[in-house]
Amino acid sequence: MLPVSFDVLSEKANQLRQEVVKMLVNAGTGHSAGPLGSADFWTLLYFGGLINYRPDEPWWEDRDRVVLSAGHYCPILYAVLAEAGFFPKAELSSLRQLGSRLQGHPIARMLPGVETTSGPLGQGISQAVGMALSAKLDNKKWRVVCFMGDGEQDEGQVWEAYLCAAKYALSNLTVVIDRNNIQIDGHTEEVMPLGSIGGKLLAFDFNVIEVDGHNFSDIAEAMGRAKVTFEKPTAIILWTIPGKGVEFMENEPAWHGKTPKIGEAVEALSELKKIRTLGGRISNG
Amino acid sequence: MVDGEMFLEVDLLKAEKKAMRDGYGEGLVEAGRRNPNVVALVADLMESTRTDLFRKEFPQRFFEMGISEQNMMGVAAGMAVSGKVPFVNSFACFSPGRNWEQLRISVCLSGNNVKVIGGHAGVGNGTDGGNQQMYEDIALARVLPNLTVVVPADYEQAKKMTLAIADFRGPVYMRMTKPPRAVVTTVGTPLTIGRAQVFREGKDVTVIACGAMVYEALLAAEELAPEVDVEVINVHTIKPLDKETIVRSVTKTKKVVVAEEHSIIGGLAGAVAELFAEERPTKMRRVGMRDRFGESGEPEELLTHFGMTKKEIIEKIKELI
Repeated sequence: MLPVSFDVLSEKANQLRQEVVKMLVNAGTGHSAGPLGSADFWTLLYFGGLINYRPDEPWWEDRDRVVLSAGHYCPILYAVLAEAGFFPKAELSSLRQLGSRLQGHPIARMLPGVETTSGPLGQGISQAVGMALSAKLDNKKWRVVCFMGDGEQDEGQVWEAYLCAAKYALSNLTVVIDRNNIQIDGHTEEVMPLGSIGGKLLAFDFNVIEVDGHNFSDIAEAMGRAKVTFEKPTAIILWTIPGKGVEFMENEPAWHGKTPKIGEAVEALSELKKIRTLGGRISNG
Repeated sequence: MVDGEMFLEVDLLKAEKKAMRDGYGEGLVEAGRRNPNVVALVADLMESTRTDLFRKEFPQRFFEMGISEQNMMGVAAGMAVSGKVPFVNSFACFSPGRNWEQLRISVCLSGNNVKVIGGHAGVGNGTDGGNQQMYEDIALARVLPNLTVVVPADYEQAKKMTLAIADFRGPVYMRMTKPPRAVVTTVGTPLTIGRAQVFREGKDVTVIACGAMVYEALLAAEELAPEVDVEVINVHTIKPLDKETIVRSVTKTKKVVVAEEHSIIGGLAGAVAELFAEERPTKMRRVGMRDRFGESGEPEELLTHFGMTKKEIIEKIKELI
């Protein structure tokens, strides 16, 4: 049983999306679509009982390692970590400012809960492989979750890392790929066609699970299946809507790497105060 | 005169020739015995990098990463985060040549305790040709914050340096050349990371060298004595540079020749020139690769062809005297 219901998590995800919008409008630069699109996943990961962590003891030895490989998603990671109590929420507004621990792209251990330095794409997955290898070597039970973007799959290093993860049968590694079909220069299939990421990873000898990235139940089930797959690493292809929750941002590549202006943010926040289901929009006001 | 406290080989011309990589391979096994967290990663160059010795004794702690230097560097960073002391092995032309960005982000910016071993640097891969020879690695490494850069002078020093960097907390780049070269240091020669060594005291001119060029510098000094009294400093740690020892020497001699099996741009000479420009402008000459790529040839003939021997050191000294 999960500690909280999906309804509660869905509401929390929308609250965190609002935090993200506020952080971004305040910072003036940053990435909007990915953090909003993956908010459901991040909320479930930290508040749905899927990983072990201790906010008051962030470097607890037996914690599960969460590696954000796609560093530009950091606003949602920061929002989730603050919500979980890793650091004060008041600090969120310092995103991208001089002297802030909330760097524009995360720096390892600068902030409690941030495991790796990321930004240059493809580097997190190799580090996640290194962590998973170490855990196996030491017979540790902790697991590694590595979150990646789909555009990130353009990087050659990523495929080197997959070969390595398969070679060492890293069943303690779960790779989550946000399949939102956009990257800075446009749709992924125009910029550099990725085709079936799941098919490619199957060929790389991964256990591959494709899920609706806004369906909490499906994501939770996939994460559970990863834990009981003992012979190979698991890749979860998370199909999401970039900019999810803010209609004018949804599925718009232009919103990959920009932030809302004040007027747009007001509109976004007002939209996010309404609860949405797959069936449509339901006002809670 | 040769510094007695350095316990160098007395007869330079009879010095035994051994490869630095053998010293490294043996040192790594010893480091593995002393610390169970030491692990080795290699990108399909096990025998060349002498990590086969480590694999034989510690098969569980040895990781063959295939021909994927970028991933290897990142995996090492992830292992360092998890408490391991990873040694990353390849040729210098590939590591840090190909995976410099991973070194920059996953290792240096993150402050991860990874040891990067660049083998076959300089003319090392001689007959393989220009693309496998590496004359730019010290420059690439030296510019990275948090990275300590070391260049042992010979087999014996490579062995000691391996143990020293295994104990040292923080990212390190160690470069070595391939062919057997004269072993000038002995078991008794001290070694402290960050402290340059005056191998020979002199008052007329200072030769600052690293790697196998230290031997060439000592030969040059011997040949010019007693007419020219040459001081020879072994700068085995390029970064952090031992400013005190270097400035003290040139304050005395007022002339300096820098010799390295590396580009004359950005390496040891670059580091020294930066120091002198700010602290003590000094007449200086450089011996090294003169801003060009290598080409196929036996290492010894390449050193002669490209001008990285005692002959060029002597010529440069004479220019200054």
